[in-house]
Amino acid sequence: MSGGGQQTGRATASLRHRLAERGIDPTLLLLVPGLVVALALFVYPFSYGIGLTVQPTAAMQEQWGGGILANYVAFFRDPFVFDSVWLTMRLALPAALFNVLASVPVAMVLRHRFRGKRLLTSLLVLPITLGTVLTAQGLLIFAGRQGWINRALLEFGLIDEPLKLVNNYLGVMFSLVITGFPFAFLLISSYLSGIDPSLERAAKTLGAGWWQRFRRIILPLLAPGLATTFVLTFVLAFSVFPSARLVGDAMGETRVMSLMAFRAFGEQNDYAMASTIALMMGAVELLVVVAVLGLRSLLYRGTTGGKG
Amino acid sequence: MAASTLERPLAARPSTWFVWAGMTAFGVFLVGILVAVVVDSFGRQWFDTWLPEGLTTDRYTEAWDRFALGEVVGVTVGVAALVVVISVLVGVPAAYVLARRDFPGKRAIMLLFLLPVLMPPITYGIPLATVMYSFGLGRTLTAVVLVNLVPSVPFVILTMTPFIEQINPAIESAARMCGARTRQVFTRILAPLLVPGILAAAILVLVRTVGLFELTFLVSGPGSDTLVVAIYRGMTSAGGGEARQLISAMSVIYTATMLVMLVVALRFVNPTQLVAQVKETRDD
Repeated sequence: MSGGGQQTGRATASLRHRLAERGIDPTLLLLVPGLVVALALFVYPFSYGIGLTVQPTAAMQEQWGGGILANYVAFFRDPFVFDSVWLTMRLALPAALFNVLASVPVAMVLRHRFRGKRLLTSLLVLPITLGTVLTAQGLLIFAGRQGWINRALLEFGLIDEPLKLVNNYLGVMFSLVITGFPFAFLLISSYLSGIDPSLERAAKTLGAGWWQRFRRIILPLLAPGLATTFVLTFVLAFSVFPSARLVGDAMGETRVMSLMAFRAFGEQNDYAMASTIALMMGAVELLVVVAVLGLRSLLYRGTTGGKG
Repeated sequence: MAASTLERPLAARPSTWFVWAGMTAFGVFLVGILVAVVVDSFGRQWFDTWLPEGLTTDRYTEAWDRFALGEVVGVTVGVAALVVVISVLVGVPAAYVLARRDFPGKRAIMLLFLLPVLMPPITYGIPLATVMYSFGLGRTLTAVVLVNLVPSVPFVILTMTPFIEQINPAIESAARMCGARTRQVFTRILAPLLVPGILAAAILVLVRTVGLFELTFLVSGPGSDTLVVAIYRGMTSAGGGEARQLISAMSVIYTATMLVMLVVALRFVNPTQLVAQVKETRDD
């Protein structure tokens, strides 16, 4: 009896030992709560959503055909829905590109020490607190027909009638830059601060001008970081929703995918179609992200900087 | 003096002017937006003039009553606090395992935690909201808290992992040599060292939760709306939305709350160093 007990004790001990050698031990249980949250609130609803997309409503099947794939047929065939892909890209790509490209010179200038740097950095971070809804409200008042911008331009005689800066493409673009730029700036400054300054000093000693230093030293080291920042700002701009509705032209030139998804969800109560649009939105975004990350993997990622 | 002017990178001059011009334009827009909303919220009537005719604080009391802001602010704070506590409790242990251990399937688990951060919120938000409604949780506080956990838990894990990697594992080993059990290692060794990191992550989650619009909007309803969602509903309600000044007053309340939180957050973390600290330790 006691011998048998010892036997099993030794067996489990050795099994435990073997597992521990491969990195599996009771400490891993600490992962369980996190995994439960991820599985129950992310993986399960996501699979459920994928299942929903192949259960179209009878009306959808009748209108678009295609059997269980009616929702996908509707997505690609209905110009009102499908055009939103293009409308979203037309907003998100230029906005992300602008935010990244504009952050580089600003971060370059602000990385040196000077008086009031902390204040300036805080000022740049301020829009994060505003959030999209307040930015939208502010833009409507500040850049509207009777806002201060138009008033000032009229006063100086630069324009004859108020410019239309909100309730169109431009308004959403302003809002995307105001909320996205600080984010891009923060990321790029931290990437930039990781590049060893002695490299640039060495180049300077060898007689390189500022453009050569930037082109040959900083840019190659920063490139992976630029790609990462582009991806993250693109993700932010791509899911633009409140501003497209509030400062955009929701049924016209800023009819973005998230608006179409919400229209199907909240107004038409067609959860299957809403999930289809939402999933296609993820797919389109993933295509861009994968393309950029693919390009990024071709870049140099050494120890001296870049950090992407 | 002469030496210091020589030290400066003379060649950077041309770009510098350009940068400052761009920054000024950005600053004008930013300040313009903020000041316009604040002025509007205190204005009596403001149509075709530079400034409103007369000032008043009536808008705040009016907005407070009309939108039941007492309840809305209560919901916002309560939801945010719950989300912070749960995501820290769930996220920090997971971050510890991911920072210290190597085990089969680690990359897959990392990817699982990374996905919600990379995907547009609407993409998983709509299926998630559908599930919430089918479980009868639609428009409840439970649903609002649950959907907010989806981006928050991975966020805590992703920010805490580098913090934990910074702590020298020899300290833990030493504690174990002295006979400390796992619990004691956590409460006596790791917790005190992690406090700054946990605070930073908690404040960032707080700011994100209060500001998060899409996910909350999909599952909330009267009685479970947070402040951002209430403002959005005010702006888009049928019949052209509520009076503009009421919305402005609400927006000012929202921004003031966020500003206080961000100022507190900046005291604990320097945002530009969040990424830098990670790599510096890894290079060692």
